[in-house]
This record gives sequence, structure tokens and C-alpha cells, in this order.
Amino acid sequence: MKGYTATLENGEAIFYQDRKRWFWLLSVLYPIQAFLGIWLHAKTGNEAWLLLPLALTYIGAPSLDWILGEDQNNPPEAVVLQLDRDPYYRWLTYIVVPLHFLALIGAAWWVGTQDLAWWSFIGLSVIAGIASGLGINTGHELGHKKSKLERNLAKIVLAVPAYGHFWIEHSRGHHRDVATPDDPASARMGESIYKFALREIPGAFRRAWNIEQERLTRREKSVWSSDNQILQSLAITVALQLGLIIAFGWKLIPFLIIHNVFAWWQLTSANYIEHYGLLRQQDDNGKYERCLPRHSWNSNHIYSNLVLFHLERHSDHHAHPLRRYQSLRHFPDLPTLPNGYFGMYVIAYVPFLWYLVMDKRLLALPHVAGDLSKVNVDPSKRQALMQKYGQAQ
Amino acid sequence: MSTFKCPECGYAFSEEDGDQHEGYPPGTEFASLPDDFACPDCSVRFKDDFEEI
Repeated sequence: MKGYTATLENGEAIFYQDRKRWFWLLSVLYPIQAFLGIWLHAKTGNEAWLLLPLALTYIGAPSLDWILGEDQNNPPEAVVLQLDRDPYYRWLTYIVVPLHFLALIGAAWWVGTQDLAWWSFIGLSVIAGIASGLGINTGHELGHKKSKLERNLAKIVLAVPAYGHFWIEHSRGHHRDVATPDDPASARMGESIYKFALREIPGAFRRAWNIEQERLTRREKSVWSSDNQILQSLAITVALQLGLIIAFGWKLIPFLIIHNVFAWWQLTSANYIEHYGLLRQQDDNGKYERCLPRHSWNSNHIYSNLVLFHLERHSDHHAHPLRRYQSLRHFPDLPTLPNGYFGMYVIAYVPFLWYLVMDKRLLALPHVAGDLSKVNVDPSKRQALMQKYGQAQ
Repeated sequence: MSTFKCPECGYAFSEEDGDQHEGYPPGTEFASLPDDFACPDCSVRFKDDFEEI
């Protein structure tokens, strides 16, 4: 396996090998898991196999995270530059882009050409949506980089889940406003994921549109011009999804609606758990403190990190948004989730269970110490939460 | 004409070149950028944080 050498300031020579190097291929293969179900359906004739990826995601991934546990290993800072420049890691994020298109086209082909029962039709549509939701994760990793190639690939891959505005919204909006009540992509304490989705999905689109409109206005161009980056990605979405409807017929209309909604739902799920209740403080002028590591929830669970390009090391990502996935670090004493993302999604989908697991964890954070004034609280739940936790403002 | 650099990600705003993509034409003074100007690359550092180089 490839190793990296460096000399520390004290003259000590170090040698580092990334034990996860080959395992990052899981982030490339995970989005095409619909094909596993399709293959087993084709081989056995049993449609139930089509649902296998659902079980892999919502039962398999949380179980593997629980069994395999956490990985707190960090690359030594002295080799990070070499690690970042190693083209292997970059290539994985390039290769997965066409696989996202393939996954959607493959699932569309199967629902369009097979006479499926209603439940397997819906199941495969949801599975295709989950895979495209992972496309938002791929677009996230690529979109944070400076190179034109990576930025263009981000815009292209975000066309698969019909979420082209994410590239602008996430970097320019979410990273700027994270962990404040102004951010539609930061969940508030007492806000269920369902209520959050209705605030996040339209709010994020509006913010992206406004940011792009401001940029185009400065360039003295119309927001409807071909330079609008949201419309550029949307044009690819329209061509792709219209092409699928033309190729496979009307059945693709419900398929694509379910697919798009569940792709967005993946991002909603991630956003919901990543900053739940966390709040940056304001100074006397109303300016928010800089985003600190304590403003994101993290997980070091190894399996789900390997299928999500290390997204769960979220504090380091917000502190250093351009840092590449292979170099993201664990730090002690960060807000920590008790399972990986997929396990936490399942908990979030049952709001009372989520509050049970997370509210005490949130209030126990050292910088919160039970003080609700240091928590991003849903205004409609403030009074009830204050009564429940006995806090005066 | 000066250049100002983002201390987080290294993005550089040259007053001479401006930033065409962002809609700031050549010759734009850094001081004339909006007060809430965020680094176009990382968005986690703001106008006040930029360093003249």
C-alpha cells in the first residue's frame, strides 16, 4: 500500500499509510446498490429482492456501524498535503459521477420494462432516490473544491437528484449561516424532521436563487440568463428526466417524482442531524461568532463514513470547508452522535425517539450546560422546553 | 492596487483583476466590496478577516 513520508520540525521522520485507502471504494460502489436488487430479481424472479438495498441502508448500515464501531485515526498534519495531492482519492470522486447517472438510468429501465407490483415499483423508486441523494453527497465533496473540473462535475452530478441549486446554497448559504436561526438548513431543538423539511427545502432554494440573482445583477445580467448556474444544472435534469420518460413511458412520471423527493429527503435527513439545536452566539453588534467545531454533530463510525466520503467528520469540514475527505480529522470532545448517519436517520424519522436520544445529549454539551439560551430552539416549542428542562432565560 | 487574501483557504482578491465570475470588474477596490462580503471559495471568512498581501 502507498505510504507517505515526512520530516517533523524536530527532525523525526514519519511514515504514514492510510488504512482506509481501498475502503473508500465503498463510497463509489454504494450508489449502485440498486443493481444488486435488480440482479437478484432477474435471477430468481422474486420481486422482494428489489427491496434489498433498503434493508442494507436502514438495517445493514446502522448494524455495521454498531458492530465495527468508531475510527478516530487522523493522518499526521505533516503528510496532509501529500494526501491531498494523491490523485487516487480525487479520481474516486470523478468515477462516481457517471455511476450516479447509471444508477438512475438502470432503475428507470427496470421499472419501465418490467411488470412490477405496486410495492416493488415504489420500493425501487425510493432506492433510486436514496442513490441520487448520495449524488448530493458526491456533489458536496466536489463542489467545495477550487478546480473548475471539480466544480463542473458537482453541477453535473447534482442534476441527477434535480438539486442543482445545492452547489450555491450549501457553500454560500449554509456554511455562512450554519447553526443560526437564519439558516433553513440547521435544525432547531424541538423541531421534527418533517417540520424541518418544509422549512429547509423551499428555504434553501430561495436562498440559492437570491445569491445567484445578486451575482448576476452585479454582472448586469438577467437571472434568467444562460449564465445562471442553477438553470444550467436544471437543464441537464430536464434533458435526463424527459429522456427517461420518452424512452420508458408514462410509468416514469411517478417513478421520477418519488425518486426526486427521496433524493432531497436524503439531504434533509443529513442536514437535520448535522446541527440539531446547535447555536452560534452573537456579539453586542449582533454578529455571530465564527463557526466552531462545537457547532456540528459528528460521528466516527467507520462504515457509514466510508460510504459517505467522511461526511460525518462534520466539525472539521465546517472549520475547513475545502479540506479533502481523506484528510478530515477527528477531535476529542466534539458533539457526537451515538450511531452513524443512517442509524440516526431512522431515529430522526420517529420524532419522539429523536428527542429522547438527542435533547439530553444536546443540553449536556459543555458549552451549553443545560442553558437553553445557548440552543437553537424552535420558537413554538420554547415555552414547553423551558418548562420541561426548568431553565430561565 | 492591492491584493487581499482569505486566511482560511487562500482565495486572493486582486483589485487589479477583480473577480469577473463574482461580478466585480477589474479595478474594484477591496474597500468598496459589500460589508457582508464572504470569501467566494470557502464562505467561512468575511471581508474583515481578509489580509492584505
